[in-house]
Amino acid sequence: MSLAKITSVTGRGVPVTGNDIDTDRIIPARFMKCVTFDGLGEFLFYDVRKNADGSDKPHPLNEARFKGGTILLSGANFGCGSSREHAPQAIQKYGFKAIIAEGYAEIFFGNSTTLGIPCMTAAREDIAKIAAAVEADPKLEITVDVGAQQVRFGGQSVPATIRESGRDALINGRWDAIGELMEGLPAVKATATTLPYLAA
Amino acid sequence: MPKSLFQKVWDAHTVRKLANGQTQLLIGTHLIHEVTSPQAFGMMRDLGLKVLMPHRTFATVDHIVPTDQFAEPYSDPLAQTMMEELRKNCAATGITFFDRASGKQGIVHIVGPEQGITQPGTTIACGDSHTSTHGAFGAIAFGIGTSQVRDVLATQTMALGALKVRRINVTGKLHPGVYAKDVILHIIRTLGVNGGTGFAYEYAGEVLDRFTMEERMTVCNMSIEGGARVGYVNPDETTFAYLKGRPYAPKAAAWYAAVANWKSFASDAGCHYDDVVNINASEIAPTVTWGINPAQGISINELIPDATKTEVADEKASIDEALAYMKLKPGAPIKGTKIDVAFMGSCTNGRLSDFQEVAKYLKGKRVAPGVKAIAVPGSQGVGVLCASLGIDQVFRDAGFEWREAGCSMCLAMNPDKLIGDQLCASSSNRNFKGRQGSPTGRTLLMSPLMVAAAAVTGAVADAREVFAVNN
Ligand code: SF4
Repeated sequence: MSLAKITSVTGRGVPVTGNDIDTDRIIPARFMKCVTFDGLGEFLFYDVRKNADGSDKPHPLNEARFKGGTILLSGANFGCGSSREHAPQAIQKYGFKAIIAEGYAEIFFGNSTTLGIPCMTAAREDIAKIAAAVEADPKLEITVDVGAQQVRFGGQSVPATIRESGRDALINGRWDAIGELMEGLPAVKATATTLPYLAA
Repeated sequence: MPKSLFQKVWDAHTVRKLANGQTQLLIGTHLIHEVTSPQAFGMMRDLGLKVLMPHRTFATVDHIVPTDQFAEPYSDPLAQTMMEELRKNCAATGITFFDRASGKQGIVHIVGPEQGITQPGTTIACGDSHTSTHGAFGAIAFGIGTSQVRDVLATQTMALGALKVRRINVTGKLHPGVYAKDVILHIIRTLGVNGGTGFAYEYAGEVLDRFTMEERMTVCNMSIEGGARVGYVNPDETTFAYLKGRPYAPKAAAWYAAVANWKSFASDAGCHYDDVVNINASEIAPTVTWGINPAQGISINELIPDATKTEVADEKASIDEALAYMKLKPGAPIKGTKIDVAFMGSCTNGRLSDFQEVAKYLKGKRVAPGVKAIAVPGSQGVGVLCASLGIDQVFRDAGFEWREAGCSMCLAMNPDKLIGDQLCASSSNRNFKGRQGSPTGRTLLMSPLMVAAAAVTGAVADAREVFAVNN
């Protein structure tokens, strides 16, 4: 399986502010009644985006000026809560290609990386700078440089880090581990024989 | 060199290092359910992959099952489709499925231990974040995403980075009326909702030593609510006694060999911990959440936080956001807050001992008028035990609806949902916005006995007063 090398993502930003944005908020549980991930994009942030009657609430995703954005900006502990891959799947299917936040819940980070979504960590002030620039000009082009761990926008640049295993996986096109895991099958079987509960 | 249990289990299950520095880790036991597995089976089909160890994979159905309807087809066609998809995938791949007809169905984190599948010194994965529950047995148990479910199905391994280990000692003695649920709510409140990021939590100390397996499971269950991916307790005689005789536990001579092996996984005295936290049990009171994440909790006699009393901008913002959603008054006592619904169940507190403890006090009491109260056993096994002890009848007599096993109102993917902005006293583990099925529904997390106290008084109450708890 050959995967794209994700060295950088360029696009427009969408600021979705707040800390501890949990996976129930990213994709409410009732939309997980499905046997494929297709179509999840339209339910992204549904309950904070829509009223009960389906009309819009004020939310950046409902604003015309942010339409077509591919880089999601948020706060601390993004994606906390459940292990549902439905959350990054919905983010990706909606059209986002990268996330810049102050930090991520562990499982969310892993799930996103496996889908080829770089989750970059930046300082609050720096995210605020990017968000301010996006507010001023929603058409502003932002480049998330995964390799160089940097975000560039409107002539400015700020550091944005990603843990080394994630960075390596993305820039070298091995973010989906399945191919490599399959190559290890003989070693898997050998390890299994050393464990009594698996050997039995 | 002395090692922690985490380190020992990790080392024993390491297959090899991967190019990006992660470890290919062998997963001995894989648990699956209907919500996060169908897409994984789909990916397997697309890639032409086979299930490597179907005999190490166990399935149950829990999230979508209606608790007031047993016969299929379910009134929700989507739920029926998910049910059939799982049944079909298990049949096609040779995976054991604890279907409802088996009498062994239930919430995946209750079924694994109950069947004796969850064992010390093993690695466990499940496409569900509360997989940390299984750590109560001294297993390293990971909640995973669907692509990883695919990885484990196909290779019985996954790619992971090692975790640091934080030891949390809970010392001293708990006051009467203070439960395992209060211990973990207190820990999360103390260490923060993301305090555990990058850590495995090792729970220890006299309180954990004395705890039953079911209490240990309640604590480990909510590790994820504190940001820790896994939580565990070192295996001891309590662990072995619980497992003995269970359907999937080793038998006869193999039992003794297994116990000896399990003992060898416990953390060595003097091993290295990346962090150590000490918690004094006597400082823990019955705890209730007031906000929209599980760290936003206070003891029953404290006041709801007031954003104007803090100078920290972040704290202000999060209190304001939470209270605006919860429609609670800053600075008011949490005690006395009227509730609409009482939910007793979930993988946190849906086990026999949870219902048993509540039943002790519920006899002769009545659910307050206007309160909808439902009790949902975590598994069919728990339901049968409760029935054999007459516990279900105590709940019914008190005015609770007694239901079939499942996740139910913990996340409301079945018909059990809050309506509008109803306020629910819940023994579950998450109080996120919209968690219990209504986009404006509100959740207060607490121990089962506190849920019962709220149910019978119609408002948040101190269970110790309502039920004269003093032993
Ligand atoms: S009871 Fe709740 S937390 Fe537990 S597995 Fe079911 S939905 Fe998840």
